[in-house]
Amino acid sequence: MSLSPDDVSRIAHLARIEISAAESAQTREQLNAILAFVEQLQAVDTAGIVPMAHAVDVVQRLREDRVTEPDRRDDFMAIAPESEAGLYLVPKVIE
Amino acid sequence: MINSSLQELAAALAEKKISSVELTTLFLDRIEKLNPTLNAFITIDREKALSLARAADAKLGAGETAPLLGIPLAHKDIFCTQGWRTTCGSKMLANFVSPYDAHVVEKMAAAGMVLLGKCNMDEFAMGSSNETSFFGPVKNPWDLARVPGGSSGGSAAAIAARLVPAATGTDTGGSIRQPAALCGLTGLKPTYGVVSRFGMIAFASSLDQGGPMAKSAEDCALLLNAMAGFDARDSTSLDRPAEDYTRDLNKPLAGLKIGLPQEFFGAGMSTGVRAAVEAALAEYRRLGATTVEVSLPNSNLSVPAYYVIAPAEASSNLARFDGVRYGHRAAEYRDLIEMYEKTRAEGFGPEVKRRILIGTYVLSHGYYDAYYLKAQQVRRLIAEDFRAAFASCDVIIGPTTPTPAFRFGEKGADPVQMYLSDIYTIAVNLAGLPAMSIPCGFDEGLPVGLQIIAPWFAEAKMLNVAHRYQQATDWHRRMPAGLEE
Repeated sequence: MSLSPDDVSRIAHLARIEISAAESAQTREQLNAILAFVEQLQAVDTAGIVPMAHAVDVVQRLREDRVTEPDRRDDFMAIAPESEAGLYLVPKVIE
Repeated sequence: MINSSLQELAAALAEKKISSVELTTLFLDRIEKLNPTLNAFITIDREKALSLARAADAKLGAGETAPLLGIPLAHKDIFCTQGWRTTCGSKMLANFVSPYDAHVVEKMAAAGMVLLGKCNMDEFAMGSSNETSFFGPVKNPWDLARVPGGSSGGSAAAIAARLVPAATGTDTGGSIRQPAALCGLTGLKPTYGVVSRFGMIAFASSLDQGGPMAKSAEDCALLLNAMAGFDARDSTSLDRPAEDYTRDLNKPLAGLKIGLPQEFFGAGMSTGVRAAVEAALAEYRRLGATTVEVSLPNSNLSVPAYYVIAPAEASSNLARFDGVRYGHRAAEYRDLIEMYEKTRAEGFGPEVKRRILIGTYVLSHGYYDAYYLKAQQVRRLIAEDFRAAFASCDVIIGPTTPTPAFRFGEKGADPVQMYLSDIYTIAVNLAGLPAMSIPCGFDEGLPVGLQIIAPWFAEAKMLNVAHRYQQATDWHRRMPAGLEE
């Protein structure tokens, strides 16, 4: 499997990372080298093997449905790049 | 004093031979003198550290005793620290000050340890050499032209140069053990889930594990006692009874069965590393252990499986860095999507971008089964190999790294070559096992690490195996020339 320049643009867009035209060729070369390296997994017979998502079997814990955390809105807003009146400011999304 | 163990420092503090303020000042002065050369720290705060030391002295003065009270510590800059900058080695978080402490940070503070500063690291813990930090590379104190290893290389270099007696690290594919090996230290990655990941900036959640780095196994046992424990805020934290990890340190090794995986002793290992590891095995036999050959037939698949799983999880975890709620935001953009794309292009370095792109690809529609699902199936084969091997041995021993520390730039151009630096450490993370690296000799003047891998939750046994070796040898007490007091 080898990525085309269009594939790289599509993946970069999905990943929300701008890649300049100058970076594109080198990025494609490196991604293809990594994909060629991981391609060796395809030769392994994994029929019937249950995927292992976590190293140690864990059960999702449930807690009582009650408020445990204090309101720290001001602390969390204080580190935002742009905020106003308790809201995060971003460019207009809906016209 | 700079070469003392944590127990010796605790005794000196208890006997009033030195105060915590004096001890903290001693290490802060060394940091001031040597950090401009080593670049092991990103953030140092003398006033905050001294204030913590004064509080420790007040407790010591009131007769309070605790094994780590008043002893200086450094945190890898991946652990969130309220009131201190937490950068994760990235431009993205260059000015981020967390509104809360990581669980590990809370635990070390509760133990009375004095935080000196935050250690440099590969950006978002992605790297094997500490060359990817936005704040510049860390130098290996044994040879300034060489890397300290990654990604906890700042922590490793700081301890090796005796800028701090102990530090925290995190290990996703070997990031505690590999820099410990390359800098001549003892570093321990616990069983996945033993140390909470709350407040530890996530890279690959099913692999990341925090752990201690210090000069000796005994020091690591004391640190692990303070770090480990259930935390309801981390859904993968294991609710197990508290353990004293120092309890087995002095047990004899007679009857110990050491498994030697043939796959760890093949081609690719330097002659010097092989000689040091074989000499260490001879020492273990002298201490009463026997060795048995074991096989990890799928270990050659661990690096490719890791480089599917870790980027996949990273691409998801790092989606939170979008310039909205914290961290860097691009100055100019036309709309929301462009704000995201420019912010992330400016904020992340090349290695982080590469891994996010690979992760995005392997999780994308049509490729998930072929890459991610396949890698998770291979992961189970690797874990089962270990389970089978531990049926015939108590611990597995081999090299931590195939070579000693390499030169800056030596592997930078080829990501895959760099990834192979962690060839002996990665399988352990995929299986979630505990493992550690201890110094076992030198190769052309550079430290060599011996890796000890134990069954799940057998940290106490592993520490015993390491400690008995360190009682019989002095590799862990050696320090780089020219850095004496």
